[in-house]
Amino acid sequence: MQDKIFKALLIVSAIVIPVIGGGIIYSLTLDASGAFEHFGFWNFIFSDDWVTTAGKEKYGALPFITGTMLTTGLALLICIPFSLPVALFTGEYFRGKKIATALATVTDLLAGIPSIIYGLWGFYALRPIFMFLNLSPQGSGILTAAFVLAIMIVPYAASLSSEFIKMVPADLKEAAYGLGATRAEVIRRVIFPTAGSGIFSAYILAIGRALGETMTVTMLIGNTNQMPETLRTTGNTMASIIANQFGEADGLKLSSLIAIGLILFLITAIINLIGKIMIRRAQHV
Amino acid sequence: MKKDSNVKARIFKNNLLYVVVCVMSALTAIPLLAILGEVLVKGWQQLGWSFLTEATPNAFKAMMAAQKGEPIPGGIANGIVGTLMMLFTAAVVAIPVGILCGICLSEFRKNWFAKTVSYITDLLQGTPSIIIGIIVYIWVVVPMKGYSGFAGSVALFIMMLPLIIRSTEETMKILPESLKEAGLALGGNYWRVMLKVMLPASFGSIFTGILLAVSRVVGETAPLMFTALGGAVISYDLGRPMSAVPLMIWEFFNDPNLQDLIWGASLFLLTLVLCLNLLAKRIAKKWKI
Repeated sequence: MQDKIFKALLIVSAIVIPVIGGGIIYSLTLDASGAFEHFGFWNFIFSDDWVTTAGKEKYGALPFITGTMLTTGLALLICIPFSLPVALFTGEYFRGKKIATALATVTDLLAGIPSIIYGLWGFYALRPIFMFLNLSPQGSGILTAAFVLAIMIVPYAASLSSEFIKMVPADLKEAAYGLGATRAEVIRRVIFPTAGSGIFSAYILAIGRALGETMTVTMLIGNTNQMPETLRTTGNTMASIIANQFGEADGLKLSSLIAIGLILFLITAIINLIGKIMIRRAQHV
Repeated sequence: MKKDSNVKARIFKNNLLYVVVCVMSALTAIPLLAILGEVLVKGWQQLGWSFLTEATPNAFKAMMAAQKGEPIPGGIANGIVGTLMMLFTAAVVAIPVGILCGICLSEFRKNWFAKTVSYITDLLQGTPSIIIGIIVYIWVVVPMKGYSGFAGSVALFIMMLPLIIRSTEETMKILPESLKEAGLALGGNYWRVMLKVMLPASFGSIFTGILLAVSRVVGETAPLMFTALGGAVISYDLGRPMSAVPLMIWEFFNDPNLQDLIWGASLFLLTLVLCLNLLAKRIAKKWKI
């Protein structure tokens, strides 16, 4: 009898998760439908209007989708030359040594820093440097946001890649060394091909993190609602426009912002799902 | 002769990669040091007893103090109280539900339902925090007709839950099957074996998971912006708008009069988060299964 109650309790607690997940999709779709009906689904996605004047309201998501893609893509490009060496450092070169543990702690702590503090640091410490180097006129913009975003995702990409690098069987590596390969060649010809899909999935999950990052980007991207023309200009991402305007929004604008939220949710969900499926495959090989 | 230079080139490439890996890895440590340095240098003067026990000053008081060249009076006590209350409320619900759900997922791991739930947990874990903010706004703030600390704790609950489930599930999966069988063979009820044998055996890892979940959530700003909203007075009422430390940093950032308080609040938050992280690492090492 007690066992039955316990099992029922387990199942009830497990049902909470699909209820929340389904509820999120249901509520977002329901509240976003106003905007989709008013503008049309594809029109909304491919329109770059953002007119808040009452009576002439017109909203479109394209500038923000573009902003999210640009910041995320750029962040990934900046992140790779750092996260890959860190993964090799902790997973291959100094595997199991104290210095590797130290570096792993450093990246773990980097991962733990709240995003609002990254934003502050970017705003007060990095922005003047970017202005000085003439990388962007106001110092804030897509480039600045992407740079800080890259620092934020290095730990995620590095620690997961390092796990997969560690999983490469020792006999494969030893066979290559036995044939006279140097360490660099072993890494290129043995480790990367074997751990490749795992490393790839680590970067997909890092992309998933970068897509939804809110506070840092909001503080650094400059918050303008036009299409970004170059990487040096200001812009907005899907997350940052919501953070900026949700508080005072109502009616059609609220519905449009929720619609942007729905698009963001779906994109991150798909990216994360692909990443997780790839990881599960990579772990079972 | 040709062969010799080929070998040299290979050795050179090998050494080059080694140097590049070391240099780039070392560079990764710079942002951490830079952030810690910046926050520490600018924030330590503000930290003090009154900073931790007094509420935020209003903009006018802050302006007057700034004009006289005095440090801004007041502190972040309203945020500390809010953070603790919302976090506690969220954790009290999220920990039992998360642990039970984690046990369920590891016990029925071959079942299609558990597999689906496991995927949805991953999905929730990856959901941008701003979306959690929107959803709690729709679910709690709109029906209750107002921002509240309760809405904030619901948001934190949704953020914590997947993290706790994951850590419980992973831990329970590592535990040897024989442990459970031994308990059952001794005549223990299923639920008794689960709660009195399996759970204590995995206590360390689950506790680490909880600490990490708390440290992840304690610095979240986005899900609280449209739920708890923030408030300038110390409030113990979950039914009314409530502040939190990260929310206050955001407010200070946007209010030119209060900007001097940013770094003290950041130092407090950063210390809290990093201590929780290091503590979790310690415990994980000590209680390793």
